[in-house]
Amino acid sequence: MIGGLFIYNHKGEVLISRVYRDDIGRNAVDAFRVNVIHARQQVRCPVTNIARTSFFHVKRSNIWLAAATKQNVNAAMVFEFLYKMCDVMTAYFGKLSEDNIKNNFVLIYELLDEILDFGYPQNSETGALKTFITQQGVKSQTKEEQSQITSQVTGQIGWRREGIKYRRNELFLDVMESVNLLMSPQGQVLSAHVSGRVVMKSYLSGMPECKFGMNDKIVIDKQGKGGSSDEAGKSGKQSIAIDDCTFNQCVRLSKFDSERSISFIPPDGEFELMRYRTTKDIILPFRVIPLVREVGRTKLEVKVVIKSNFKPSLLAQKIEVRIPTPLNTSGVQVICMKGKAKYKASENSIVWKIKRMAGMKESQISAEIELLPTNDKKKWARPPISMNFEVPFAPSGLKVRYLKVFESKLNYSDHDVIKWVRYIGRSGIYETRC
Amino acid sequence: MPAVSKGDGMRGLAVFISDIRNCKSKEAEIKRINKELANIRSKFKGDKALDGYSKKKYVCKLLFIFLLGHDIDFGHMEAVNLLSSNKYTEKQIGYLFISVLVNSNSELIRLINNGIKNDLSSRNPTFMCLALHCIANVGSREMAEAFAGEIPRILVAGDTMDSVKQSAALCLLRLYKTSPDLVLMGEWTSRVVHLLNDQHMGVVTAAISLITCLSQKNPDEFKTCVSLAVSRLSRIVSSASTDLQDYTYYFVPAPWLSCKLLRLLQCYPPPEDGAVKGRLVECLETILNKAQEPPKSKKVQHSNAKNAILFEAIALIIHYDSEPNLLVRACNQLGQFLQHRETNLRYLALESMCTLASSEFSHEAVKTHIETVINALKTERDVSVRQRAADLLYAMCDRSNAKQIVAEMLSYLETADYSIREEMVLKVAILAEKYAVDYSWYVDTILNLIRIAGDYVSEEVWYRVIQIVINRDDVQGYAAKTVFEALQAPACHENMVKVGGYILGEFGNLIAGDPRSSPLVQFNLLHSKFHLCSVPTRALLLSAYIKFINLFPETKSTIQEVLRSDSQIRNSDVELQQRAVEYLKLSSIASTDVLATVLEEMPPFPERESSILAKLKKKKGPGAVSSTEQEDGKREGGELNGGGERGADSTIAASNASTPSPSADLLGLRSSGPVSAAPPSAGSLLVDVFSEAGPAAPAAAVNDDGFLRDLEPPTESSDSLLAEGPGDSDSAPPSVVSEDPAPPMPQSDELLHKFVCKSNGVLFENQLLQIGVKSEYRQNLGRMYLFYGNKTSVQFVSFSTSVTYTGELQSQLNVQTKPVEPLVEGGAQVQQVINIECLTDFSDAPLLNIKFRYGGALQNLTLKLPVTVNKFFQPTEMVSHDFFQRWKQLSQPQQEAQKIFKASHGMDKEVLKGKLLGLGMALLENVDPNPENFVCAGVIQTKAQQVGCLLRLEPNAQAQSGEQMYRLTLRSSKDTVSKRLCDLLAEQF
Repeated sequence: MIGGLFIYNHKGEVLISRVYRDDIGRNAVDAFRVNVIHARQQVRCPVTNIARTSFFHVKRSNIWLAAATKQNVNAAMVFEFLYKMCDVMTAYFGKLSEDNIKNNFVLIYELLDEILDFGYPQNSETGALKTFITQQGVKSQTKEEQSQITSQVTGQIGWRREGIKYRRNELFLDVMESVNLLMSPQGQVLSAHVSGRVVMKSYLSGMPECKFGMNDKIVIDKQGKGGSSDEAGKSGKQSIAIDDCTFNQCVRLSKFDSERSISFIPPDGEFELMRYRTTKDIILPFRVIPLVREVGRTKLEVKVVIKSNFKPSLLAQKIEVRIPTPLNTSGVQVICMKGKAKYKASENSIVWKIKRMAGMKESQISAEIELLPTNDKKKWARPPISMNFEVPFAPSGLKVRYLKVFESKLNYSDHDVIKWVRYIGRSGIYETRC
Repeated sequence: MPAVSKGDGMRGLAVFISDIRNCKSKEAEIKRINKELANIRSKFKGDKALDGYSKKKYVCKLLFIFLLGHDIDFGHMEAVNLLSSNKYTEKQIGYLFISVLVNSNSELIRLINNGIKNDLSSRNPTFMCLALHCIANVGSREMAEAFAGEIPRILVAGDTMDSVKQSAALCLLRLYKTSPDLVLMGEWTSRVVHLLNDQHMGVVTAAISLITCLSQKNPDEFKTCVSLAVSRLSRIVSSASTDLQDYTYYFVPAPWLSCKLLRLLQCYPPPEDGAVKGRLVECLETILNKAQEPPKSKKVQHSNAKNAILFEAIALIIHYDSEPNLLVRACNQLGQFLQHRETNLRYLALESMCTLASSEFSHEAVKTHIETVINALKTERDVSVRQRAADLLYAMCDRSNAKQIVAEMLSYLETADYSIREEMVLKVAILAEKYAVDYSWYVDTILNLIRIAGDYVSEEVWYRVIQIVINRDDVQGYAAKTVFEALQAPACHENMVKVGGYILGEFGNLIAGDPRSSPLVQFNLLHSKFHLCSVPTRALLLSAYIKFINLFPETKSTIQEVLRSDSQIRNSDVELQQRAVEYLKLSSIASTDVLATVLEEMPPFPERESSILAKLKKKKGPGAVSSTEQEDGKREGGELNGGGERGADSTIAASNASTPSPSADLLGLRSSGPVSAAPPSAGSLLVDVFSEAGPAAPAAAVNDDGFLRDLEPPTESSDSLLAEGPGDSDSAPPSVVSEDPAPPMPQSDELLHKFVCKSNGVLFENQLLQIGVKSEYRQNLGRMYLFYGNKTSVQFVSFSTSVTYTGELQSQLNVQTKPVEPLVEGGAQVQQVINIECLTDFSDAPLLNIKFRYGGALQNLTLKLPVTVNKFFQPTEMVSHDFFQRWKQLSQPQQEAQKIFKASHGMDKEVLKGKLLGLGMALLENVDPNPENFVCAGVIQTKAQQVGCLLRLEPNAQAQSGEQMYRLTLRSSKDTVSKRLCDLLAEQF
């Protein structure tokens, strides 16, 4: 039960303040500003307790969203709600920024009235919300339309209205993963995991029933038992073990629990079907080999080699390597074979950017860093080298096996639907110690 | 970079600062700073030579970044370079950086010190000032070490500029405050004092701060400054406002200097020289006169400056406390301020008056303002001013106006701020006690106090009222009546119930005659409050009930009913339960005589310092209690409840935990068992001493050697005092009182036997005196501590002790005693150390004689000093084979002593072991074939010889006629030893 919700700009000025319960007073707005936004020490904990009131906050660019409550609420629920709130606002007016919020404050209050009732989260599905909270002026709807909206919002399938019609039934499926890594200088993996999302954009008529299949190890093993042993052996290699996953509200959980099959009636438009995390058998797209040599007190030589580790036919994009420099750096000379490298003093690092790189290649950068002798005896902490990239495959090894569409009432079959599948692998925190 | 010489404006710095200010977020600021730092680092890289301007600019930027809260670990070198520049602006920035960012890097400090030294020796006054400011700002020990010698020279040199002198004086002051040991004035002293004559007022102002600080440490050296200060002061005071052009502040000549001069004079007593004193008095009078003049300006600064001087002058007058005329004038002046509309002035006036009130000359004058002060207490809006008013009321209170002041304070208490209530309560309680003319007024006041501010009335206050009521016969009846009436209020404070319970329990009979307060009514009234009270109060009420049974036998059945109820006798609180059970039993078993004895009226309390006063002393606050007042309080309190020692020897009735009976158990030992293992929680002095006996013993023993080496043979004088032999100890009764030492008491032998197996414990105790013993032995040397505790509340006078030993004991022992204080205060304990050397074995014990006068009567006690030959045992470990071999060697009949005797204490094996170990011998396990038997071995260490001893104790649980018998056999190389030990030990089992 959220007692109140506040949105602040970076200076701590209140942009939006909505109080749902009487136990949250007006001074709660100031309490959060004083104790968190203007705190002397940066507050890192997302939950702050001030005078028996709990504040849960998230920060998007320069905007603070804070939910306040006096009750013992489920913190995960509150954060889920705050993220959802961000998504809804983004869906309505694009990027979350101070100006956008100021320009749309009426809309935001309208949304807040709808998605929270007496502090209890309600339907926050963008598609459904857009049917009755509109941005442009709309003519007053007919009685039937209104009652339709009502029945839809209050009905069983609140996320999809009836009577959607498309000339072309199309379906887009994006598997988006971010791979996180921490590696020792010797190349030993210290920790690695992939967190992925399956995002779907559906333009389907009627109330279609969909079924999604992927190379989940449990499903494959089960099928392998029933089917021929040959098939099981072939596909068994490529199956992946999913550590944990969460689904969109449209997925029938009972079916997943019993048969491990993912079946659902999709909302119209874009939505996130599922989220998952894997930790085993991760394909690491890049290997970073650092070499740091200290020459006396005033010089440091750094050489970094990156190797791409995937099919040569694929191309990685937006590659960026950040090599931290000591705090007493007074000058840097960089030589790199590929891409562009630059010393960025404001971030205390050398940034090396490569636009494109094919698989099974390697590239190298070497830098000479001049140091200013200081009287400080502290040794440089050597923070890790971090990397950013984008690759057109899923580092977890996830494969979409099928996505079937059934619509019994309307006259189109699975074959008539045009389906697009795309894999995007991005770097999360991808670091190598040096 | 081209040298931009547009004055001091550093464009780069301004741009950087405005960049930082425009940053939207913390992250952006950090990015900008990182960029700037990288830029500065690249500029400071060794290979390029920077000009002074850019160096200055970058050092400035670093300083700014540091002040924003970021770490700076470079740039010190550049800053030090700036120090040696010849341009003022560059030097200034260098010094600024150094004084903000100096760290204890030895190499750098050396360079900095070098730069400072150069500047100090330069002839340029601005450079010298900069250097001095830097030293003062850093003020570290290193700086003090380097320059403490240099600065006084600059200060007193004739050719130093005035501004430099000013800086030097203040710099020296700072160094003196941080490391006084390094600043040695020595030969400079007189020249520094003569700075008071300097032409330049600024120098004088700076120097006077230094002199004030120095003279507080060593007033004698700077004594000469008094006359100089007086003449300076008189010159300022008498000057017209236009004389000191630059130093006239809103028509007041040199107000700061005047204040400082007056403050310096407050460090010294009034000048002895009549001329100087006359001049000073004249000055003070002029200042007081000026206060009466109409203001020359309406500006607030003018009156502030004038009043500042005036208040300092008044402070000086109060400090001297010798000029009645001035004191009265000051008091009148302050009286005017009391009604001033400026709150600050009223506050200051009240504060100063507080100190004035303690002076005998102005006390009366202060008292004339009582109405104003009371008014201030009621109407002031600022709590701190009200507090000062309360302080002043407290200070001006005496016998004549006590009633009025206490009444006012009581009425104020109802509305007083919570923060000062407790202090107010204490003050009211003290005043009421101190100036009480009749005790019914006192009782009324305190009960009122409890009623109005019960929560703030501390334990001490109600203890005190009970002490006073008990010590004064004449108020007891009135107190009982008042308390009874007060208790009739439907809601009364717990403290009131406590006082009520106690007083009715003691003196309820005094009002029982009135049918409205018949015993049963009293009891019902008290019991109606019972359930609303906390546990300690309930315990107190239970005690009151049992006293009721004694006072009014007719209430017995009702009270027994109450005690018997489950809520008492099965109370979950142990204390309450125990009391209920004990009191119930006591009331049903004991006869009325016994009951009357046990529950007799409390004896009067001994006189001691008022505990409330002690509590107020702890509370800080100006003008709380001055020391003279405290003495005053003691004296007056003394005459208040000095009510004579009435039956101090009467037994202490129903001594229970919550009764504040100070004479309960002074040594706290009464409850401890016969073995000295008293629990440390008993917390008495003696127990503390025992508990450390273990670890302390070896260390003490080491000291013994050196200490005993220079022992002299026993003094002969003590012998003549001993009239009777120690043998016939049973003859004279202890009540015989004479100046000669009394014969040993009949129980002295028994007391002696108690200490054969232990070394610590209570040797003797009667109604007056308790004697505790703690002893340690090592080889043939021993040290015994005797603790004489006065259990009464009256001091013992001409208290003396002596140890005597006659006959052959003189050749056997060597005892030296240290004298004790002839006065033992009531409730106090004195300690005496006795050193003992064993020359050879002995069988008798020395006698300890104690004489003192208690209430005029001579008390004379003689006891046996608990020294027995076994104390000098050194345990010897040996195996079975060795033991029996030696046993056989000592088989001559005179070497053996044997006794067969009945067990008098039972035959617990562990107890026996404990006793044998306490004896000092080694208890040998697995030696005797019969596991029931005990064998021990030890060597008695004497100066003359060592006597080996073997012991065998054979218990026989079923001897003839079913009695438990022991056979004790002792063999030693000396027949007397065997005999003596056997005799001693036979008494132990």
